[in-house]
Amino acid sequence: MAPLIVAVMPIGLVFGAVAASKGLSSLEVTLMSAFVFAGGSQFVAMDIWSHPASWAALGFSALLVNIRHVLMSASIGTKMPAFSGPAKYAAMLLLADEIWAMAETRAAQARLSAAWYAGLAVPFYFVWVLTSLAGSVAGAFLGDPKAIGLDFAFPAVFVVLLMGFWKGRETGAVLAASAAAAVLTHQLLSGVWYIAAGAAAGVIATLVIDQRREACA
Amino acid sequence: MTVDPNVFLAILAMAAATVLTRISGLLLIRFVTIGPQQRRALEAIPPAVLMAVIAPTALVTGPAETLAALATALAATRLPLLAAVATGVIVVAVARALIGA
Repeated sequence: MAPLIVAVMPIGLVFGAVAASKGLSSLEVTLMSAFVFAGGSQFVAMDIWSHPASWAALGFSALLVNIRHVLMSASIGTKMPAFSGPAKYAAMLLLADEIWAMAETRAAQARLSAAWYAGLAVPFYFVWVLTSLAGSVAGAFLGDPKAIGLDFAFPAVFVVLLMGFWKGRETGAVLAASAAAAVLTHQLLSGVWYIAAGAAAGVIATLVIDQRREACA
Repeated sequence: MTVDPNVFLAILAMAAATVLTRISGLLLIRFVTIGPQQRRALEAIPPAVLMAVIAPTALVTGPAETLAALATALAATRLPLLAAVATGVIVVAVARALIGA
């Protein structure tokens, strides 16, 4: 689990630096990492950040970006018979993508224990919060992240995560539908509606493929 | 070291949304059985959301971003996360310098 904690460090630093460039104070950056603890939605928030901050748009986009956690917690929840009720819910509060992936891998080989999970998730949490803070302090000295391409770090993270979901042509159809709907909506409407439009188009594409498959069978 | 009230409210809204998604899976498995079609629809959400998030940046911002997104996707098939992200950052910086965008 050490590599996981090392890997999160630069992402925390980049998040802090990007947030500082958007005008967030170090305390605000630290609070966001501590309370939200979901890198994807935090980076998306920086992408759509406005002054003054819009709680409705940011809350809604966090809901959309993190909706995958519903599936992830449903899946890992069935593999936690060794956890007490409260421990299970506490574990869910720290369910980041990387924690989830490691826990699923562990559960496939051994019985998942609360101590093992805490030993992974708690250090990961504190490293995320502390590197965000460090990044925001360094970011103030770094200047414009655009000049050295740092603003592209989070789209790049998403591209990599996206490639991890590739399962063949059906995924291609989902991605094409999502991309088309998102770009179109982004050009027509302001705010984060393009994320909702892309998500909906992707799901509809899957359902259409399902129906075709049934029609052929 | 200041906290703007609007920013604090936004952080709370994001935190509430995130806690909701993380807890609701646990509640879901207590009450609902998910069929194969529902499962496929739910499984389509993460890639669709990620694609929607990056599509405006990758496709309609400029040639430097489109090129860098392609380079990152290619790098991701062979390299670990950090190296693939670094590839994207370097490509976008070099492309912007060359194209001047």
